[in-house]
Amino acid sequence: MADAAVNLTQKDFATDQDVRWCPGCGDYSILANVQRVMPEFGIPRENFVFISGIGCSSRFPYYMNTYGMHTIHGRAPAFAAGVKASRPELSVWVVTGDGDGLSIGGNHLLHAIRRNIDYQILLFNNRVYGLTKGQYSPTSRIGMKTKSTPDGSIDYPVDPIKFALGASATFVARTVDVDAKHLQQTLRRAHEHKGTAFVEILQNCPVFNDNEWIEVENKKTRSEAALVLEDGQPLVTGSKGQRRGIRIENGIPSVVKLGDEEDPVAAGVAVHNERHDSPAYAFALASLERPNFPIPIGVFRSVERPAYDEMLSNQVTQAIEKRGEGDLHALLHSGDTWTVE
Amino acid sequence: MPNKKTEELEGVAIRFTGDSGDGMQLTGTKFTESTALAGNDLATLPDYPAEIRAPAGTLAGVSGFQIHFSSKEISTPADQPDVLVAFNPAALRANIDDVRPGGMVIVNTDAFNDKALARAGYDEDPLPALRDRVKLVEIPLTRLNREALKDLNLSYRDADRSKNFFALGIMFWLYHRSMDPTLRWLESRFKGDIREANVRVLNAGYAFAETTEMFPVSYVIPSAKIQPGTYRNITGNTALAWGIAAAGTLNDCPVFLGAYPITPASDILHELARYRQFGVRTFQAEDEIAAISTAIGASFAGMLGVTTTSGPGFVLKQEALGLAVMTELPLVVVDVQRGGPSTGMPTKIEQGDLLMALYGRNSDCPVAILAPSSPGDCFHIMIEAFSLAVKYMTPVVVLSDGYLANSAEPWLIPDIASLRRSPVKHHTEISNFQPYERNPETLARPWAVPGTKGLEHRIGGLGKDEITGNVSYDPRNNERMIELRAEKVARIANDIPPIEVNGQDQGGLLLVGWGSTHGAIYAAVKEARENGLNVSNIHLRHLNPFPSNLADVLSRFDQILVPELNQGQLSRILRAEFLLPAVPMIKQQGQPFQISEILERIRAMLREEN
Repeated sequence: MADAAVNLTQKDFATDQDVRWCPGCGDYSILANVQRVMPEFGIPRENFVFISGIGCSSRFPYYMNTYGMHTIHGRAPAFAAGVKASRPELSVWVVTGDGDGLSIGGNHLLHAIRRNIDYQILLFNNRVYGLTKGQYSPTSRIGMKTKSTPDGSIDYPVDPIKFALGASATFVARTVDVDAKHLQQTLRRAHEHKGTAFVEILQNCPVFNDNEWIEVENKKTRSEAALVLEDGQPLVTGSKGQRRGIRIENGIPSVVKLGDEEDPVAAGVAVHNERHDSPAYAFALASLERPNFPIPIGVFRSVERPAYDEMLSNQVTQAIEKRGEGDLHALLHSGDTWTVE
Repeated sequence: MPNKKTEELEGVAIRFTGDSGDGMQLTGTKFTESTALAGNDLATLPDYPAEIRAPAGTLAGVSGFQIHFSSKEISTPADQPDVLVAFNPAALRANIDDVRPGGMVIVNTDAFNDKALARAGYDEDPLPALRDRVKLVEIPLTRLNREALKDLNLSYRDADRSKNFFALGIMFWLYHRSMDPTLRWLESRFKGDIREANVRVLNAGYAFAETTEMFPVSYVIPSAKIQPGTYRNITGNTALAWGIAAAGTLNDCPVFLGAYPITPASDILHELARYRQFGVRTFQAEDEIAAISTAIGASFAGMLGVTTTSGPGFVLKQEALGLAVMTELPLVVVDVQRGGPSTGMPTKIEQGDLLMALYGRNSDCPVAILAPSSPGDCFHIMIEAFSLAVKYMTPVVVLSDGYLANSAEPWLIPDIASLRRSPVKHHTEISNFQPYERNPETLARPWAVPGTKGLEHRIGGLGKDEITGNVSYDPRNNERMIELRAEKVARIANDIPPIEVNGQDQGGLLLVGWGSTHGAIYAAVKEARENGLNVSNIHLRHLNPFPSNLADVLSRFDQILVPELNQGQLSRILRAEFLLPAVPMIKQQGQPFQISEILERIRAMLREEN
C-alpha cells in the first residue's frame, strides 16, 4: 500500500471547513499532529478513511481531507468494521471519545478490539461530556460535580486502557494531546501495528473539565507525574533527587525510591516489555493512577495476532480456490430438481 | 403381496405432529421433496415452538409440519389437514380440532400411556371417542420400529429416534411417493448404524403399510399441469439468501451482509455464510445496531451492503437506517416479520412492521419498501431491491415474514440470462465533483468510494448543503433537502410496473393484500369468482412508493377490503393516501389467513352491499 511516489504534506490533509472546537480545546493539537504524521505513511490520500461517532471528538473527519464518515452515537467501530472488512487495503481510523466509545458505544468498542480488526481507534478522553454541555462521563472520577451530578458522581469510572486490555487488545497505548512528539510517535506505532491499535489520548476540555490532565500536560510536573514507557527500559520516572521506579510483584505494583545513580534493575524495578503474551503485566501498568503512582504514557502492549479482515479475505480466496468462482446457475440447480415438459 | 385398491385424489393436506424432538420438521421436509419430484403443486407450513426443547410430551412442545399437494393449482398449505399424523397425545390434542371431519388420523398407540395422556391434559384415553369422528389408524409405532432394529446394537433411546422415518415410510407408500431422495440424503448424511437404522425403518414402514390391513387403499395424486421448466423446492429464506448472492453476481459488485442471529431470519445468514466463493462477506455482528452499521460502512466502501433481521432487531436499526437515508447510500434491510409486539411470538407469523418501516425513524425519513408475495418471489425481490438501492442511492426495506421464510413451494428456476443486470459503476469523474449533486432523472447522488483519487469527501448525519454535502444549518436548505429525499424515493415509482388486477378491472369488491397473504387471498377470490361473486384482488409488492396506477385502480371499485396480519396498517395508509373507505380485515393470532375466513368475509361484504 505504501507508495514511494506519494508526496503529501500536512496541508494536503486539511479541509476547507472551519474547525469549530472551543478555543483552547485539546482536539486542535490532536488534529494538527494527525495531519502532520499522515504524509509519512506514504499512502495515497484517497486510501485513508476516518470514521467517527457523535461528540466533540467525532467532528474530526470533517477536518481531514480524506474519505470520512461522521456516523451515529457510539457506533463508529462498527461502521469502520464494515469498511475494513470489505476493503482491507484501506487505512481506516476510528475517532471517538470517552462518552461515545465507552458509554453508548462500549459494546462496539469491545467487539472491535476482540476481533482485532486492522484499524486504529483514537479515543479522546477528557472525562466529561462536552457536546451536550458538561455531564459526567463513564471515565469521570467518582465525586465529580457536574450538571447531572450536583451532589457528586457516584459512578465508578471505567479505565480505557484496562477496558482495551480486557477485550484482548493486541495494541494498547496512551498519549497526551499537547505532547506533539509523543503523540506523533504513538500514531506511527499505531499505524504500523497490524490488528486493532487502541490509543487513548488524554485530552483537555477547557470549558467543562479544564486541567483534568494538567499534571502530564505541563512540562514542569510531567517528569514526575508521567511514567514514559519505552520497550526494554526500566519503569523509572522523576528527575534528579526524585527518581522513582515501579516494581511489580504478583501483579501488584509498588513505588521504589531510587538514588540518582542507583541501578533500577538491581533495585527490582520492572523492565518494560510490550510483548508479554499474557496481558497481566500491561494490566498491572494500567492500574497505576494518580496520586499514588505516575500515569504511564506510551505503548502498554503490542503483540501479533492475525487480523479479522485478513482472515476474512483469506476465507474468500480459499473458497474460490476450493469451489471455483460462484456459479449462479449451478447454485439454483443444486440439490433435487425436476423438469416439467 | 395383498391386492390393495388404489384411489385417485385431486389433492391432500397432511400434518405431521409430534414432540419438538421427534423430528417432525425433517419428516415433513423429506415428504415434501418426494412430493415435489412427483410433480404435484404444493405448499407447506412448518409450525414449531420457540423453545428448542420444550418439556417432552407437553402441549407447549408440539411441533408440526403441514404439506398440501395437488394435481391442481394450489396457493396455500390448506385450511384443514385431511390427514393428521400424531406421535403423542399432546400432538393429537393440539391439532385434532383442525382435522377435516371424516379425515384420517394416524397415531402412535405406544405413546398413549397414562403418563403421556396426563401430560397432555387428557383425563381419559381420547382414542375410543375419535373412532366415530375420523378414520383412526392405530399403529404401535415405537414397538414396530424397535422390532425392525432389534439385531442392530442400538439402545432403545437411539432406536426410538428413527421412528419418524418408520412413519415416513408408511406415508410414502400411502401416497405413492418415491423413497429415493430420502435414501440418497441418508446415504450422504449418515454412516454406520445410524444410517443403517434409518434406511431400514424407512423400508420397514413402507413394507408395513403395504401389508397391513389398516390401509386397504393407497392414493394417487396425479402430477399437476404446471408451466414447463425446471423446478426445485424452495423456502423463502433460502430464496432470499440466493437473491442476495445473485445480486452480487448480476450487479458485478461484492455483497456484504451484516447480521445478528434472530428468529426467523437467521437462516439467511447461515445460507450466505456458505457462499464466500461468490465474494459474499458475511459478518456476524455483536448486535443488531452493529449489523446494520457494518453494512452501511461496506456500502460507503462501495459494496452492496445488506442486513437481515426480524421485528425487534429492526427497531434497533432505525437510527442507523436514518443515517443511511441522510448519507444517501445504497442499502438493503430485510425484516422477516414475526409475532409481536416486543419479543412476542418469535416463530409465529405476523405482518406488523409496515408502519415501522414507513415511519419508524425520527423526522421525515423515507425509504423504499418492497414485500415478496411467495417463497420464490423472495429471490426476485432481492435482485430488484439492490437494483433500486443502487440506482436511487437509497435504503430499501424488504418485508418478508415468518410464513414466507419457512414455507416451501415448487419454484420455476429462472434462466440467469432473464434476470435484471445493473452493473455497479462507482463515480470516478473528478472534474466538478460534488458529493450531493444529483442525477436529474433519479435524483441520486454520486456513489464515490474510498480509494478513488480526487474524490475524497466526508458524509455524515448532520444537515447537508444541497450540492456540496457540507454541514449546513441553513433553514431553507434543510427543508429543501427533506423534500428532495422524499421526491427521490417517490420517483422510484417510475421503475415499478403498474399493478394488475386479478379478476375484473372495475366494480364490485376489491381485495388489496401485500406479502405472504397472497396465496390465501388469491385462493379465496378464485373460489368466490367460481361461485359467481363480484370480487377481484390486487397484491402489492411495492409499498413505498406505490405503483403509479394504484389510485386509479382503487377508485374503480365499489368496496375495498384489506386483509392483513396486523391491526390494519396498510388499510390505514390507503385511507390516508387516497381518501378511500378501505376496510381492514384483521388477524393477529400468529397464524396465516385461512381461505375460508377470507371467503366468509367476501360473502359478508357482498351481502351487506345487496
